[in-house]
Amino acid sequence: MSELYQHPRVLITGGTSGLGRALVREWRAGGAHVAFVARDEERVLRTSREEPGAVGIVGDVSRKDDIYRIATQALGALGGIDVLVNNASSLGPVPLALLGDTECEDFEVALATNLLGPFRLTKALLGALAASARARTGSVVVNVTSDAAATAYAGWGAYSASKAALLHMSRIWHAELESEHISVLAFDPGDMDTPLHALALPDADRATLLQPATSARRLVDLVDAALPRRRAA
Amino acid sequence: MIAADRPMLRPSDAKLLYIDQCARLVHLPRSAFSGLLRRGDLVIANDAATLPASLQGTHWPSEAPVEVRLAGRPTLDLGAVAEFAAIVFGAGDFRTRTEDRPRPPALAPGDELAFGPLRAVVRRLLDHPRFIAIQFRGSPDAIWAGLARHGKPIQYSHLASELALWDVWTSNAALPVAFEPPSAGFLFSWQMLADIRAHGAAFATLTHAAGISSTGDPELDQRLPFDEPYYIPRATAAAVAIARRHGDRVIAIGTTVVRALEHAAMRDGSDAGVRSGFGLATQRIDSRSELAVSDAVLSGTHEPGTSHYELLRAFADDDTLVRANRELNAAAYRTHEYGDSVLIERSKARRREADSQSRHSGGRPPNDESIVEAPGGGGTPTAT
Repeated sequence: MSELYQHPRVLITGGTSGLGRALVREWRAGGAHVAFVARDEERVLRTSREEPGAVGIVGDVSRKDDIYRIATQALGALGGIDVLVNNASSLGPVPLALLGDTECEDFEVALATNLLGPFRLTKALLGALAASARARTGSVVVNVTSDAAATAYAGWGAYSASKAALLHMSRIWHAELESEHISVLAFDPGDMDTPLHALALPDADRATLLQPATSARRLVDLVDAALPRRRAA
Repeated sequence: MIAADRPMLRPSDAKLLYIDQCARLVHLPRSAFSGLLRRGDLVIANDAATLPASLQGTHWPSEAPVEVRLAGRPTLDLGAVAEFAAIVFGAGDFRTRTEDRPRPPALAPGDELAFGPLRAVVRRLLDHPRFIAIQFRGSPDAIWAGLARHGKPIQYSHLASELALWDVWTSNAALPVAFEPPSAGFLFSWQMLADIRAHGAAFATLTHAAGISSTGDPELDQRLPFDEPYYIPRATAAAVAIARRHGDRVIAIGTTVVRALEHAAMRDGSDAGVRSGFGLATQRIDSRSELAVSDAVLSGTHEPGTSHYELLRAFADDDTLVRANRELNAAAYRTHEYGDSVLIERSKARRREADSQSRHSGGRPPNDESIVEAPGGGGTPTAT
């Protein structure tokens, strides 16, 4: 099955806006087999219409019950997976708040979306990623992080803490999965002109922000470099 | 044996009865499995993930509630997800034993069925009032979405709680095509895979759409296992060929792996091993079967009379299996999907028969130097 494909099979979470939406477009344009996940059914349908051939999956990565449904649908429709991009993110409290003012529940949402979701989805797909790596000598997981994972910005506590944990988890996954030929990469896309950024910093000068398409191209190039040469069909 | 009633994939006290090629029986903790491996051994697991194959819904002509359990499909081809063989039950759920479940309404070709967002039609009856060919409507993507959102894994009445998909996927689950879990593979943790490699053994997978274990109908159970499609990756076929060439053991994790390997075996007297690619396993394996590729099988504990037990008879003679069964009962091994395990090496006698066949057709030489080593892992050998 996996051997019959020349182009990678890619699953992207948070695929209907911002970087995720740009990744769907970028990979589709390159001929990849793409599935994407988002919570809102209407937006999933719209993106599916705009990107014929991409498989839209309605699901919430922060919910444990949704993880295996997402995995079942993605693996069934794509016939396996070579690349997983954990891109869906939550800011935690909106507007941003000092940690002392952050509700515990908002902190939990940030952890569930930005840390537990990528952990659970990677775990559910690990067998498929390993099967791909055995058949095609490599597969890749990309966790989308942030410079807030490394730098302590006041007001970004829930988001920063979850992204810092995601960054470190990526390193541990990578160390543990190297022997399976699965690369786990952390990717900082930079400050992009996205709905998430507008939620966090509504007054930002958009002209100074990166376009999601630019970061998406950089991420796809990173994955291409990490994936071994594809075997022709 | 007692029924394992909790869906724990790797209970810390899981047991392994090891039956070596000289018919010696050894009790071990299951975690000691990797300690039994030798350099060059090839361990092959079934990487099929388990489908949410149980669908609660309505039979439109009668408006009666039904449960449909998907039970077979002709091919693993990606686009071919509309047609399945299925067993139909009447009202009720897993808390009732399948044997006691009410019959479904009378089914006829053309009858419409509805399962949440999914719509299907009865194509034909498969020589039994509860066994049907079913066809889902819609695109493959829509069918996958419907199965993922509305289906549940097939449940077992001997379990105390309802199973979720994470209870039935093995660590190496990849393609969702199994109707019930390839449960022998529950023993694998990622740590055990690392241990297997540390012992100098290789690990490979194939994908085999493991079928259902029980239909609740004695007549239908006689027809088990149904035909099961499988796929053997090129890398796995290459690994089998290397093991065969070097006289190394091929250890199948689960009866489904034996069925796929033996179906794909090239019985041409060469050392080539198995064909890669798609296949449909239609054969039964029993005491009369000659194993061409599988040197050992790791399996759950199975009751005599089941198709799984019949398959074990290809590896060991009846006296050995009777003794093993006595040991399993005496030592209170747990049975069913979440139970304990047996590892059975093909007996020396069976191996000689196969080698003699192979010699006649110019195959590989007999491999009689593989005398069993004392197993590690703190097991206590049983006086046999």
